[in-house]
Formats: sequence, C-alpha cells, structure tokens
Amino acid sequence: MSTPQESPHETWTGSAGARGPKVRSDCWAGVELRESGGLELELVSKVESYYGDGIRSLLRAGCEALGLVNAKVRVEDGGAYPWVLMARLEAAVKDADVAGEDWLPELEAFATTSTSRDRFRRSRLYLPGNEPKYMVNAALHGPDAIILDLEDSVAPSAKSAARVIVRNALRQVDFGTAERMVRINQGEMGLADLSFIAEHGCHLVIIPKVEDAEEVHAVDARLRELTDAPVLLMPIIESAKGVMNAYSIATASERNVALTIGLEDYTADLGVQRTKEGRESLFARQAVINAARAAGLQALDTVHSDVSDPEGLRAAVLEARGLGFEGKGCIHPRQIPIVHEAFVPSEAEASKACAIVRAFRDAEARGLGVVSLGSKMIDPPVVKRALKTVEQAVQGGVLDASWESEEGGS
Amino acid sequence: MSSLENFAGRQVPAEINGRDAIPYMGVGGRKMTGRKAAPLIRSAADYPASGDKRTPSLKEALVNAGLRDGMVISTHHHFRNGDLIANQVFDVAKELGVKDLVWFPSASFPCHEHLIQYLEDGTIHHIEGSMNGPLGAFCTAGKMRGMGVLRSHGGRWQAISDGDMSIDIAVIAAPTADVFGNATGDRGPSACGLLGFALADSIYADHVIAVTDNLVPFPCLPWQIQGNNVDQVVEVEQVGIPEKIVSGTTQITKSPDRLLIAEHCAKFVRDTGIMRDGFSFQAGAGGTALSFAIYLKEMMIKAGVTAGFVRGGSNKYLVEMLEEGLTPVILDGQTFDLDGVRSMRENEGHQNTSPFTSYNFHGKGNFASMLDVVILGATEVDTDFNANVVTHTDGRLLHGIGGWQNCLASKCTILAVPSFRNRIPVILDEVTTLCGPGELIDVIATERGLCINPRRTDLIEASKGGSVPILGIHDLKREVERICGGSPQRAKTTDQVVAAIQWVDGTTIDCVRGLS
Repeated sequence: MSTPQESPHETWTGSAGARGPKVRSDCWAGVELRESGGLELELVSKVESYYGDGIRSLLRAGCEALGLVNAKVRVEDGGAYPWVLMARLEAAVKDADVAGEDWLPELEAFATTSTSRDRFRRSRLYLPGNEPKYMVNAALHGPDAIILDLEDSVAPSAKSAARVIVRNALRQVDFGTAERMVRINQGEMGLADLSFIAEHGCHLVIIPKVEDAEEVHAVDARLRELTDAPVLLMPIIESAKGVMNAYSIATASERNVALTIGLEDYTADLGVQRTKEGRESLFARQAVINAARAAGLQALDTVHSDVSDPEGLRAAVLEARGLGFEGKGCIHPRQIPIVHEAFVPSEAEASKACAIVRAFRDAEARGLGVVSLGSKMIDPPVVKRALKTVEQAVQGGVLDASWESEEGGS
Repeated sequence: MSSLENFAGRQVPAEINGRDAIPYMGVGGRKMTGRKAAPLIRSAADYPASGDKRTPSLKEALVNAGLRDGMVISTHHHFRNGDLIANQVFDVAKELGVKDLVWFPSASFPCHEHLIQYLEDGTIHHIEGSMNGPLGAFCTAGKMRGMGVLRSHGGRWQAISDGDMSIDIAVIAAPTADVFGNATGDRGPSACGLLGFALADSIYADHVIAVTDNLVPFPCLPWQIQGNNVDQVVEVEQVGIPEKIVSGTTQITKSPDRLLIAEHCAKFVRDTGIMRDGFSFQAGAGGTALSFAIYLKEMMIKAGVTAGFVRGGSNKYLVEMLEEGLTPVILDGQTFDLDGVRSMRENEGHQNTSPFTSYNFHGKGNFASMLDVVILGATEVDTDFNANVVTHTDGRLLHGIGGWQNCLASKCTILAVPSFRNRIPVILDEVTTLCGPGELIDVIATERGLCINPRRTDLIEASKGGSVPILGIHDLKREVERICGGSPQRAKTTDQVVAAIQWVDGTTIDCVRGLS
C-alpha cells in the first residue's frame, strides 16, 4: 500500500478533488496537457492491491471518453468509488479547458424513481456536495430527504468539481426512499448548476436566499428548458426582504412544494445575534409558515447546528412543530431519529388520518374511483399521506396496530 | 514444507517450528486424552525461608533464571499499548548476547515495534502470539525466521496446559506485589485491573519473575498471582502506563454508520427476546461493540430488564450498568479503561477471571458457551458465514485473535462489521484467512441490515416483525460489490507459510502466507 504524496512535478493544467493521506473514499486528479507523446497515466492508490487494475482501465477509458489524447494524468486515490474517480477525472479535464463530452456513469434504476408533492419532509439531511464519502450510506439513516449541497458547504474553488460529484451521485448512489434534493447556488451560478442535475434524477431543487418571485421564475424557466421531468422547488427565505415577499415567492411557481427558512443569514441581515430561544426570528418563522400555508405549501424549519445537543434538538423540533413547521434540516445522521420522534403525529392528527384511510378503503371496497370524506373529495396524494401518518402513529405508539378492526366512525 | 488439507479445506503446514502440527478436524472434532502438562517440582528449601525473593534488577533476575539461547520467554498484555516490560526483557537479552529466543506474549501491541530490531539481529527467533501493526507487517513480509503462531486467549492456556508450549521464563508485570511474589493488578500507581493472562504462565512456567513498581508489605491482598508460583521479585521505576490501556479499539465510535450497526445489534437482541431478565452478554473491544452496550443499556432500562451477568473486557459503560443495578456481576477478563480498574477494586460484583475460567477448551466447560449473546468484530466474512479476524484482504497480518474464537461458542454470535471499509468489501465469497468456522457464526450485522445464518431457523423466526432490516448474505454481497465496483483482487502470496492460525483445540485451522 502506498500513500498519495505531493508530486514534485506540479504544473497541472487542470485538477480536481481531494489529496493527502487522510482522504477516504475520494481522490485527486491532475491533468497536464501536452503537444504530443500520447497519454501518460500515474496512479497512486490506497486500494492498489484491491482495485489497482480496475482503476487503471477505468481511467484509460475515461481519458478516451473525455477526448484526452496527449496528456499526463496523475490520480491520487484514497479509495474513491468508481463514480467518484470518474467525476474527479472529468472535472480535472474540464478544469484544463478541454472541450469534450460529459463522461456519465450509468443512470441506475433507483435514480429514476419519482417523488410526490405531498410526501413527508420531516427530516432532510444536508450532504456537502464535494464530499462523496458521506453520500453512499446517507439513506441508511432513514431521512425523508437528502440534500446534495452545492452552496454554502462547498468552497468557491471547488464549485465546478462539486457539480460533477453531485451529478454522478444522483445517477449512482442509492438514496433509497429519500427524496433527492439539490441546493443550488445563488443567481447565475445556480442557474448553471441546474444543467448538472435536472436530467439526472434530482427530485427537488432548493433555491437559497430567495428575496423575490423573480428568482424562482428564473429557476423555473431554466428547468423548463432543460427537462420535461417534474422537478420540484423549495425556496429558502433568508433575509428581511425575503420574509416580506414570502407569499409572492411561495406562489411564484407551480413547482413549489415547500418554503423553508435560513436563520444565520436572516439574523445577520437584521444585525442581531441568533439565540437559542429564537425570539429575534419568531416573526420571520411565523411569516414563512403563514405564507407557505396560504399558498398550500409545506413550511420547513432550518437546521439545528449543534450536533452534540440531542436534547436541544428535540426541544427545537417540538417548538417548530408547535409553530406549524412540518420538517427540520439535519446536518448529522444521528439527528434524524430525534427529529422523526418529535414529529410523531398527535392523537388528533392520527384520528383524522384514520378517517381518511377508512374512507379510502370504503371507496375501494365499493369500487368507487373517487374518495370522499363527508362532502369533501380527497385526492390520492392526501390518502397516501394519511396512510403514512397512520403508519407513523402506530410506530410512535399513538395508535394501536389493530386500529382498523376496532369500532370507530369517521 | 509439506502441507496437509484440513477439515475446512485449507492447506496447512504439517510441522510448526519443529513440532508436529494437527490439522483442524472440525468443531469439536479433536478429542484429547491423557494428562496435562505439569510444572516442575520445586522445594521450599531452595527458596528463602524469610519469603523475601527480591532481586535488585531485571537483568540479574534474568541471569539468575538462566536465560540462554533458544528459550521461550512469555510476557502479558494487561497494559495493552502501555506495556513497558517486554521491550526491557529483550533489551537485556540483547545486552547479554543471548540469541534465538521465542517470544510468547499473550498479545502484542504497536509499542512492541521496538522488538523488530531484535527479530532482525537474531536475539528473537520468532513470535508465538498475536502480531499487530508493525510486527504483523514484518511477519507477512516473510522476514521472521520461525513461523508465527496465533492462538486465541483460551488456545494459549490450552497450549500451555497441554504442554504444546513450554515456557522457560515468564516475566509478569505486577502493579502491586509483595516480596514473596503475591501480586495483583487492581491497585498501585500503575493499576491495570487484573493479571488473568499471566495466570497460566505463573503456574506452568519453569521460572517466574514478578516485576513491580509498588512493593507492599506481605501479604499483598488480594493476590491474583500466588507467590508460591513466583521465583523472583524485581522492583522497577514503572511497570506500565495504565493510561495507554485505552487504545483506539476501546473508545466509543463517532461514526454514524458504526453507531447504526451497534443500534441494529441492540435492536436485534431486544426484538428476538434474547434480552430478558437474567440474560448475559459480552461485547468485545472496538467502538461498535462498546456502542452496542450503550444502546442495549437504554433498551434494558426502558423494558425494565436486568442481566444475570455480563462479561468484560470491562469499561466505563459496563461499570455504569453494574453500579446502576442493571447487572449484578461483571465477569471480567481484561480491563479496557481505568473505570474498569477502579470498579474491580471497589465493587464486589466485579469479578476478575482468567482464560481458564472463560475460554479454555480443554477444561470442564468455560463461561463463553454460557453467554446468551456476544458481539464481535471481523476483518472479513464470507457467504458461508466463515470469518477472518487476523488478516486484511490484501494478505497483511494485522490483528490478533484475542478471545474472539473462544467467544464463538456463545448461544448467539453476532459479528458487527461494516459491509465495506473505504471501498474495500468486507463480505466476500471466501475469507482470506479462516479464523472462525461459519457454523458458529449466527449473525452478520452491518449498516445495511443483518444477515442471519440459515442454520439458525430459530433466530430467523424470532426476528420476524422486528425493527431491523434482515438481508440475504448473497444480496448484501451483490450490493456491496455494486458500490465498490466489483469484487477486489486477491492477495498475491508466496508459498512460504509465515504464520499458523490455531483453533481453540490446538489444531491448525489456517495459515498466513508471505506476500509476493
């Protein structure tokens, strides 16, 4: 086994990725364009004795696919998955301004599943877009959604490389039943991000720091150019102006399914400290919740940034829920079960869901295409969500598993 | 070198370091008869009537013991990576110009890298014991002159008591001792807990030297080692560094994936009803196993369940369970941190044990088989549930067996492993080195879910409707290979056998070959 080391030769035309002895499940690729002499490939890999031969042939195929003819390519590998090796090589080649094709890994079947507007979004796990090692097992922790983040968690110098990682992750990583969200950058950079995600299995685009409806229109329009897929949107309100425009933002696009709030930037905008009690942001949170509800969207709360404070998180989620939020951002997998626990349906919610499910079963039994409860028609997604609420109520001990066999009217 | 195929289909050497080797004959396949080895007869008349067996220095003690070429020298790992004595013993041997010694430690640690120079210059001929880190790398490179022999803790007791290994000089680092040689590990400035790994050596070795930095007036109470077995007592500045007992393998994991594995294990134990009043468990070293105990504790409190006994490696978390009344007893084979040391000294229910009580196969039973559930690690497992705990898939020997093989005798053995590590699959078609036969391994617990050995239809039934995903092991392997990009290349080895892996009954279950 050998450890990647700084090469004395450092005249790379383009490079991408992470290097050094501590790098795991990632790699660094450097490309030096030459006039002639064909391709020279250098590989230093922590997993040389396990996958050395395979990595070399993958990289050679990549150079061909990316149109690299005369070049020196060096890869320092800390155990990168194939789709990561592919992404780093592609990003390095593009960084060297070689105009070539994309080098797409296969779009796996699980990357083509769809989502629905009304699904639960209790927990959404942030994954830094340039850190592949956190992605592969993220879904095992059971988040309702994962967020591949291209914005604040990615250093400015790594923005291009992160796009390729996120694109390949969307195509190759099994995120299970989690909704696949991507947080794009602000403004023009964000619009450019869209071409790396729109056609690659992204369910929902998070637009950061939205201040007016125009910003949502711009993303909506670009998405329409790029794909027929029903990609959903979720604007984040993070400024005083954004709060004032919350309703027009919420109603700016048919694609909108939720509004969320970012309090670090919001409190900075107000020029106040963010406190644990959060009194300084109460107005903003309520404004966002109210705007979201008025527009028929979900309202989702911001993250709890202290990972080592499960009790604080629990209290924060209970408070958020009390205000009307339906979800919480997570920055560590261990926050997910705490958030879900705090979102266990109340008895009132559970019994309402039971009524909907009963009406649904009744309509099914009678061969009716339309479900109605009293005088109200019930859409299929609402039924689906009620079924999920019932399941969560049973799991959370609010509802008995045999509720359906019990007497009880709707 | 001639080799034989053993019961598991592995080619193993017919001879190990000049002794005839017996190939593995299956679980319970070898039935020994005859009598055990016995220590030499000694006369009290040859020892000071005052009971004062002190010798001024370790060097003089080793000279008095007749240290000479080719002897078997044993030391012990109660201080884990904080051991000071083994290195000093061989420094003396080097100084005296003694050659070709066999080091027979109960385990080795990275601190013993110091000894590589003596393997190179001929002071030490070879090691019979676990070889971690640098020593393992030295051995796998084919540089050791004799064959390494890896035994479990129980297997080491068995090898001594059967006479497979005859110890010439045992040097025991004793945190507290008296002039007669009574010794204990539970107190003194260098307290490390217990001295169970040295117990067999103290009984059977031809010559026993107790080294202490805390000489107390006779009698040393309690005595874990009996002075009647000790030839000489040496006082030194420091016998070990207790703070270094807490090495990497004895700290709680922060990795969310490993916490998930630990949680899966605990939920499985709860859901299958193994967790019930009076049950018993053992969780070894390693962050995942420690986290398991924490999750299980929460579940026990919630369900109002108390254990009958738990087995250590003790640590802070087991001690909390004892002190909070969740178990009346810790049967402790090894203290993994200083809370364990304190508890052993203070708590009546914290009982020190030895490989004889807990693990020895050639005895009238042992504690390991009485355990309801045990959580262990592994470097590799295969689709027949066979497991490896000593080498990596690239063929490097990096870990010892410890009590791992012995614990497989429990009623439910769970191997808690990630399904891959940094792109390297842990679930394979065939393990690189066979250390534990699949018929004794009941559950493979990974971050992706649990695989239950098809032989355990009872566990499969009991786990139905539980809260942990249950997977087929072939499905899991397919998924892992999809993520990692196919199955890994296998190690390219030479024909040279660099180490033999012994089964609990003294047969050879597999061997490690040199890397080409």
